Amino acid sequence: MRNFLIWLIVAAGLIALPHTLSFSLQEILVFLVINVLLVVSYRLLTLTGEWSLGHVVIMGVGAYTSALMTKRLGVYVPVSMIMGALMAGFVAFLLSFPLFRMKGFYFLIGSFASAEIIRLLWKRFREPFGGPKGLKRIDSLADINIGPIQVDFFEPVAYYYFALIVVAVCLWILWRIEKSLVGLTFHAVHWQDKLAQASGVDLRRYRTLAFVLASSFAGLSGALLAHYIGTINPNSFDVELMVFVLTWAIVGGTATFYGPILGCVVLTLLNEVVLREMGFQQMRPLIYGAIMIGSILFLPDGLESLVKRAMAAWKRRSTPAAEPGKESA
Amino acid sequence: MSAPLLQVRNLTKRFGGLTAVDGLSFDVRKGTIHGLIGPNGAGKTTTFNMISGFYKPTEGDIVLREESISGLMMHEVAHRGVVRTFQHSTLFAEMTVLENVVVGTHMEFPPSIWNALTGQDAHDRRGAEAKAHEALEFFGLLAFQHSLAGDLPHGHQRALGMAVALACRPDIMLLDEPFTGMNPEETSRMMELMNKLRSSGLTLLLVEHDMHAIMGLCDNITCMSFGKFLAEGGPQEIRNHPDVIEAYLGGARHVA
Ligand SMILES: Nc1ncnc2c1ncn2[C@@H]1O[C@H](COP(=O)(O)OP(=O)(O)O)[C@@H](O)[C@H]1O
Ligand SMILES: [Mg+2]
Repeated sequence: MRNFLIWLIVAAGLIALPHTLSFSLQEILVFLVINVLLVVSYRLLTLTGEWSLGHVVIMGVGAYTSALMTKRLGVYVPVSMIMGALMAGFVAFLLSFPLFRMKGFYFLIGSFASAEIIRLLWKRFREPFGGPKGLKRIDSLADINIGPIQVDFFEPVAYYYFALIVVAVCLWILWRIEKSLVGLTFHAVHWQDKLAQASGVDLRRYRTLAFVLASSFAGLSGALLAHYIGTINPNSFDVELMVFVLTWAIVGGTATFYGPILGCVVLTLLNEVVLREMGFQQMRPLIYGAIMIGSILFLPDGLESLVKRAMAAWKRRSTPAAEPGKESA
Repeated sequence: MSAPLLQVRNLTKRFGGLTAVDGLSFDVRKGTIHGLIGPNGAGKTTTFNMISGFYKPTEGDIVLREESISGLMMHEVAHRGVVRTFQHSTLFAEMTVLENVVVGTHMEFPPSIWNALTGQDAHDRRGAEAKAHEALEFFGLLAFQHSLAGDLPHGHQRALGMAVALACRPDIMLLDEPFTGMNPEETSRMMELMNKLRSSGLTLLLVEHDMHAIMGLCDNITCMSFGKFLAEGGPQEIRNHPDVIEAYLGGARHVA
């Protein structure tokens, strides 16, 4: 009952939020919602222990697929998004064959290389990918005009609500998976693959499953992005965005479900609101890099560890001296 | 006597120039405790690694119920009823004791995403946890079910490793030095449990240094030295076998 109330308040807050913001902040809010899905899907990938550098290009596969489906085949937008997600998952499935012959560092490099190949294909083939200039005038969701209800999805607020619902459903699915026996098996594969395999777990199958699932959700986030900004090109999914995703995940922490969300929200606030307002436009990547290094050095378990500690302190309020100063070295 | 459950035929493993296991053969009969002994570095763990599918044999064959299982992956071997524990406490240290054993029920309750989303897996989860409880109860670990596996004392960690293996419902369990890190009291309790497992029809293949435990438990013992078969027989025969005594004394001199 208490949980239900908390969720009700959160939902009310998220519904009210855009109305308190300026137009440009509303736009950033849409990106933020999309990025939350991106980074949470990235965490699913890291659950089995592999860190990929190809995740944003896989996101791009979803974006290109969904955009082309609407432009060339006239597929209705939400349906094209699902096709984008499926295509991203399918590409990940194909990539899993070479990639899962590698582990750790080699997997990292291999994922980066295969992602660059996909980006090169987008650049090289004007037909159908539009070459370096990419795709333009991608349809948004069709307007809704039913009597008194009129929704124009070019409005950030309208698209925000649409994205919010999609992302909320996705987060719920990802949460259910993680808390299920499937999620337990993912963790088992990560922490001690030998023992998992001795217990009958097909490692390859579960690594592939996590990779394909994570990629599908990344593809969906790409499709959400494409139909919002209306134009995508190979550089929309370049290394810079990948570094952002890594930074969100590392700064937030990947041990908990909410860690990467925390990292994404806090750093987006910092990036878009504080730094932009202060006129640090040019130096933002530099500052981002500094934050990533600083957090690895001084907060290796991420922002989530602060939340954990705060909750622990909350539980034993009787001894208030325990909260401050316990910096992990 | 019935046909052997597991047959090791001319098993060989080379690491570069080193032959860790060299033409080893022995049979394990159903419902027995079979010991595999030998000085340090004799190749016992390597033999386990080949039987369980962790290493591919360089030569030779492993036959389970007339079916060759050599060269299969470790999870495929597990699905055929051969489950192993590891020499050093190999656990999911960051998970709870209960979760560790639930992973052991993986084959009986295969996870499904669809069931997870529709909530149909609640039934499987209860079943898996009930099975896990049984295994924990058997090894006297039920009281620790909510602790993190990594926080358990060493003796309990060994027992948890066996609980995970037992939850797999194997036909044959390969135990690599299960008594290491246990005090004498824990050792004798564990020996009792192994006797119980044998009476329930389970077959155990046991690598162990504790000669008291080996002699007290095993129906049959294979002794190896420098990767080669040395002798086989009941505890009495092995204890008095001149080659075995020689190997251990020789080994002891090297260790000292
Ligand atoms: N992965 C490996 N690579 C190279 N040599 C190995 C490997 N595993 C075991 N060995 C060698 O094989 C021999 C037998 O080792 P092992 O099977 O662990 O012996 P035991 O378990 O009987 O003490 C040792 O000389 C060891 O150094
Ligand atoms: Mg050994």
